[in-house]
Amino acid sequence: MHNDIELKFKFNNSNFLKSKKILKKYPKKFSESAILPLLHLAQEQLDGWLKKPAIEYISKYLKVPLIKVYEVASFYHMFNLKKVGKHCISVCTTTPCCLKGSDAILKKFEQNLNIKNGKITKDGVFSLHEIECLGACINAPVIKINNNYYENLKLDDIKKIVKNLKK
Amino acid sequence: MLKHEDHIFTNLNGYNSFKLNEAKSRGVWNDTKKIIQRGSSWLINEIRLSDLRGRGGAGFPTGLKWSFIPQKSKLPKYLVVNADESEPGTCKDRDIIRHEPHKLIEGCLLSGFAIGAHTCYIYTRGEFYNETNILQTAIDEAYKDGLIGKNSCNSGWHFDIYLHRGAGAYIAGEETAMLESLEGKKAQPRLKPPFPAIVGLYGCPTIINNVETIAVVPDILKRGSAWFSSLGKQNNTGSKIFCISGHVNKPCNIEEELGIPLKELIEKYSGGVIGGWNNLLAVIPGGASVPLIPKKICDDVHMDFDSLEKVNSGLGTAGVIVMNKSTDLLKAISRLSRFYKKESCGQCTPCREGAGWMWRVMERFCKGQGSIDEIDTLYEVSKEVEGHTICALGDAAAAPIQGLIKNFRHLIIQKFQKSNNLKKEVA
Repeated sequence: MHNDIELKFKFNNSNFLKSKKILKKYPKKFSESAILPLLHLAQEQLDGWLKKPAIEYISKYLKVPLIKVYEVASFYHMFNLKKVGKHCISVCTTTPCCLKGSDAILKKFEQNLNIKNGKITKDGVFSLHEIECLGACINAPVIKINNNYYENLKLDDIKKIVKNLKK
Repeated sequence: MLKHEDHIFTNLNGYNSFKLNEAKSRGVWNDTKKIIQRGSSWLINEIRLSDLRGRGGAGFPTGLKWSFIPQKSKLPKYLVVNADESEPGTCKDRDIIRHEPHKLIEGCLLSGFAIGAHTCYIYTRGEFYNETNILQTAIDEAYKDGLIGKNSCNSGWHFDIYLHRGAGAYIAGEETAMLESLEGKKAQPRLKPPFPAIVGLYGCPTIINNVETIAVVPDILKRGSAWFSSLGKQNNTGSKIFCISGHVNKPCNIEEELGIPLKELIEKYSGGVIGGWNNLLAVIPGGASVPLIPKKICDDVHMDFDSLEKVNSGLGTAGVIVMNKSTDLLKAISRLSRFYKKESCGQCTPCREGAGWMWRVMERFCKGQGSIDEIDTLYEVSKEVEGHTICALGDAAAAPIQGLIKNFRHLIIQKFQKSNNLKKEVA
């Protein structure tokens, strides 16, 4: 049925080569295992969020039903099915960070970016998300911006971080 | 106290490079071939004699787990390393991965050889993007140097290591959920039995171990099981990485002998509780999934599996979360309830519905809304969630709340009274 749909997404050359490499990791019969890494790859190519054509593309690519890829994409927190900012700011507020004042960090970001938790700035540059434990508790409070951790944060750092990212 | 020369992780703080040549100078990849030549049954027996217990939380004896693998099976065998570290309060595996990756890779080879696996998957946490890259660099170095691959360390053993990056699901750290996730499905735990050692990844015999467990294997085999079991206490042998976070002056990861007194651990390595020992309120000794212990118990409890079980808590992952008297304990526990509500995979009703319900009640309690009867109801519901689910997430969601009600019931009642008084004043 998907044959009729003209796909608006495909891997660029370097990601296509990467995807071939990924498939080699798993036994031939079980190429489904590559769903997670391929979704990561597609999300990277699409500026941090998965559009529907990307999910359709991976389902065709791996020859698995669309619903299977979709249910994986919707199960894991790191796959964004909605648009996120170019700089996706995730603030950890689970207990160890909470003890170290992560709520104030989140509030400061809200003030600084002038958006609420879960929202995206009008220009699409920043989005702010409250998330659960990032697993760097001895360096609390911790935030993650795209793939990078910012640890041992102080309230004063936030202005600097946002300013640097705006450049 | 652990002697300097008994430390296994000598670069835990990352003062030196993780790269192969420096790792070799620290003794990693020494004599690996000689150990392999001693044969797999010797390896398994040595691990069994060392009494090593799994470092991922449950504390299951590693040697025993390995011996479950069916020797005669013609199916391929797999080793899966659990690097999906997401337990609140725990951050030891991250430091092993980024500062001591070669120790882990050497451990993979030796453990894989012991159980007869030619393939190993390391399932890393999705958020650990940079850490995964470091580990991949280290794996590439090991391939290039012939330490793993077609003829690992010239021993004739074919061994491949592949990285598989998760995508942010706490539950993928449960061993059978991890297998589901590796197979490209939602990370929902499987019913046991059959146990993964018999029917695991792709239906083949599989052993799943935590990063720290695998990373200590080479040192046990090199220095001997007798050395390892001489550390710590009987049935709780060896050293362990403790992660001390929360209200301490210098939060840190530290390797120490099992059985060290909690007070010594906190005062000696993390610069003590903020405001002094008497300012301590409670400690969660083993990551979010174990009940908290009040100061009274903290004064003389020892940090090992059995001692903590005796005080109705557990060693878990040894993620020590310290809370001093400035803590709003209800809020701290409510945050953990929120964590479990978000991370429940939704498969079993008691956990899916219970975790959310318990969180909503806790949120009300935080605001001082509720009655004494409700405290008992909450406790009863937590007892209904515990033990009625496929995996241990239900138990984990119940534990913080049970710990709170058992030890700090008066704090909840105080909150109610405070808000009642406020209401009266307003009226």
